[in-house]
Amino acid sequence: MIGFTLEKRLETSTKTNLLVLAGSLLVALSAGALLLLAVGASPLEAYGAMLKGAFGGRLEIVETLVRATPLILTGLSVAVAFRMLFWNIGAEGQLVAGGIAASAVALFLPGAAPWVPQNAWVYLPLMGTAAIAAGAVWGLVPALLKSSLGVNEIITTLMFNYVAILLYQHLFNGPWKDPEGFGFPGSAEFGEFAFLPRFTGRLHLGLVIGLVAAVLVWIVFTKTKWGYEIALIGENETAARYAGVSVFRNIVLVMILSAGLAGLTGFSEVAGVSHRLQQGLAVNNGFTGIIVAWLAKLHPLRVVVVAVLLAGLLVGGDQIQITLGLPAAIGQVLQGAILLSVLGGDIFSRYRLRMIRTTAKEA
Amino acid sequence: MTDVTTIPDVAVQLAGVTKRFPGVLANDSVDLDVRRGEIHALLGENGAGKSTLMSVLCGLYRPDEGTISLASDGRLKPVDIRSPRHAIELGIGMVHQHFKLVRSLSVTENVIIGMDGVPLRLDVDKLGAEIAEIGLRYHMPVEPGATIWQLSVGEQQRVEILKVLYRGADVLILDEPTAVLTPKESQDLGRTLRTMVAEGKSIIFISHKLDEVMSFADRVTVLRQGRNVATLDVSATSKGELAKLMVGRELSAPPARRAGELGTTLLELKGVSTLNDRGLPALREISLTLGGGEILGIAGVAGNGQRFLAEVVTGLRPTTGGAIEVRGKDRTGASPREMISAGVVHVPSDRLGMGLAGNLSLADNLAMRSYRRPPLAKGIFLDRRKMVVEANGLIERFNVMTPGPATPARSLSGGNQQKAILAREITAGHEAAGGAVIVAAYPTRGLDVGAIESVRARLAEERDRGSGVLLISEDLDELMAMADRIAVFHGGEVMGIVAPSETSIEELGLLMAGERRT
Ligand SMILES: Nc1ncnc2c1ncn2[C@@H]1O[C@H](COP(=O)(O)OP(=O)(O)OP(=O)(O)O)[C@@H](O)[C@H]1O
Ligand SMILES: [Mg+2]
Repeated sequence: MIGFTLEKRLETSTKTNLLVLAGSLLVALSAGALLLLAVGASPLEAYGAMLKGAFGGRLEIVETLVRATPLILTGLSVAVAFRMLFWNIGAEGQLVAGGIAASAVALFLPGAAPWVPQNAWVYLPLMGTAAIAAGAVWGLVPALLKSSLGVNEIITTLMFNYVAILLYQHLFNGPWKDPEGFGFPGSAEFGEFAFLPRFTGRLHLGLVIGLVAAVLVWIVFTKTKWGYEIALIGENETAARYAGVSVFRNIVLVMILSAGLAGLTGFSEVAGVSHRLQQGLAVNNGFTGIIVAWLAKLHPLRVVVVAVLLAGLLVGGDQIQITLGLPAAIGQVLQGAILLSVLGGDIFSRYRLRMIRTTAKEA
Repeated sequence: MTDVTTIPDVAVQLAGVTKRFPGVLANDSVDLDVRRGEIHALLGENGAGKSTLMSVLCGLYRPDEGTISLASDGRLKPVDIRSPRHAIELGIGMVHQHFKLVRSLSVTENVIIGMDGVPLRLDVDKLGAEIAEIGLRYHMPVEPGATIWQLSVGEQQRVEILKVLYRGADVLILDEPTAVLTPKESQDLGRTLRTMVAEGKSIIFISHKLDEVMSFADRVTVLRQGRNVATLDVSATSKGELAKLMVGRELSAPPARRAGELGTTLLELKGVSTLNDRGLPALREISLTLGGGEILGIAGVAGNGQRFLAEVVTGLRPTTGGAIEVRGKDRTGASPREMISAGVVHVPSDRLGMGLAGNLSLADNLAMRSYRRPPLAKGIFLDRRKMVVEANGLIERFNVMTPGPATPARSLSGGNQQKAILAREITAGHEAAGGAVIVAAYPTRGLDVGAIESVRARLAEERDRGSGVLLISEDLDELMAMADRIAVFHGGEVMGIVAPSETSIEELGLLMAGERRT
């Protein structure tokens, strides 16, 4: 008789991780191939189109990087909080809060304080700071509720998403709506002093901000006392208290960093891409950041890699709808299949599958 | 494979079992047979591979080499044990060194949890009655409806054993069952085990306490560095011989009592009270002093406030009354961090729960006290290389057995985890000018005889350097040998403070039972 069991791995080597990843992708692509065949498309052609759509040329790569920029930042935001087992699933709302604050500075500061020099060197830092602060405030309420009253942060951070999103929709449909916008929802365009510089196409400085943030978070995690304390709390809160680490203080600080990064994402999106507050800021980057962080195993540098690959998947998936005329849902199903099997494949990095030959008959 | 032997009374046979971990040969071709109806003790130094060998037998790990055979129909047949669940189907059950009960569930629920074939709708009363009956049969009275967190450690252990019995195990493995028990509870357990073997069950039990091995067990196997060095009849051996087999040398005499003068008062508790997690009084107006160069023993049955004493002194638990002074300075209400800076170090009773972060590396764990200061800290930064260097120093000086500082703390053997904590705390105590306050809760629990010897010597050395040691222990012999004074706790109160030279184990027993000294 032959059977299988899962045995917990004592440690997982990089090689195993890569093998598992490759295996998961293979499974997902095969499942996707069946699906494509079922709708009468050639799997090879479709995958080719996806790859080409995401990385096939300069324009495509630029588009993928534009898509990756917010994912890097939200991925970092989530990774920071999850490292300490603080389940911040409110990056979406914190991002939106940041976007609102950055827009407020760009739209209203010139009128309110005309003496502030209207150039990018002044305005961009102001907007970025406002966005970080707004995101942090948005994250701080759940953090304080958790650390002082023990209120479950999953619920509070989730609910705060909706508050932020509703507020944001109200603003660009109502009070902040551009009177000269021909009735389209959305604020007026910012002055040019509030645009993040662009390198090429829509690729803007936000990418660099994301990369720098990733390196900084990596330094915090691996080279500072604070990073050590975060890991200690994440692994064993009682041991952390015993070591004299203030859990209260760290929940607050970590959430300021985590939610601040999400807020900064909002700034990067409004100042880098839309140049106004409008539909398209709350497009689940905060939630996708959770997937990014998880796939990157909360490692800040891996977050960058995962964000770019995931962005490629999103952009490529959209592309095949256009180039092959496949139903819109197909791209999303493929994306879903890949994510699901990569996340599910994770179990094989943590457990070893062993084949068992039963040599004796047992009861 | 063909049948191996036909020895009728062997219940389980391990042949040539080898288990490797990265960098460690935990079991090296071990042969062991356990007979029906015997209590078989497993002895060995910390890290000798006892828990690993038993984990192989109960299906938690798979051996790299070797076979396990079980008796069925009077013959030994090789089996491939796939998982703990499979092991229990084969009649092998294990009670682990660290309990695995669900604290918020009842005894009955814990016993049946995870079992196959449990009906969706439980007849809790009927199951409870069944469980209580099994308990009675084996002299382990339990209350099926009680919730786990309400139970004492000894009672929790009964639940663990019942869990295994209820599943019909014929071979029971107990990993250091008496490490956390009081002497009385240990005796009760001995009686329980005797009843079980009288019914033809087999018991393998791991222990470091030679007295117990001599009084409970029929045969004993000694492991050293993963090898079986001897299997002996208990009636044909002695404590001295066993100790020698375990550590490979004779043990030396216990450390001498304090020679020097008592230093200044390091710690003073004035009428300190506190509450437990449920808001009930846990300490009632405790007054104690601890001088430099003194070992103050804290005796008491587990659960009479000793843990709270340790938590209050280390700032982990707020007081509700009274004052705490360290070196004459009022530290009432100080945070753990302030207590650390004041020179209070702490060997906690719960190793993996409080003393270590199991998934972090040994180096990380050893840095828990020192990471804030140079040389490890440089401003806000942490020098990871120095951390490893420092860890290597501690590992060497305190004989911690491990492949290296990068190993996760959880994969050290129980006794070596304890040594790591001691290494860290004692070294941290050296920072305190004028002597540290060392709160040591059950510091020798789970250690082998050789390691106990060295821990006691270390504590004595710290005392001679002028530190004060608050030695919380259940081992009265240990307290009588080491402490300068012994404070006996009962119900969160001090029943009396006595000098070992002027008291007896009997008197301590009475105080522990709640009789005040007159
Ligand atoms: N999961 C694991 N991963 C890596 N090494 C391990 C693991 N479990 C045990 N070891 C190593 O195997 C050796 C034997 O450990 P084991 O726990 O069996 O010792 P033990 O005899 O039970 O000791 P103790 O009396 O201290 O409990 C030790 O060196 C330990 O560090
Ligand atoms: Mg062990």
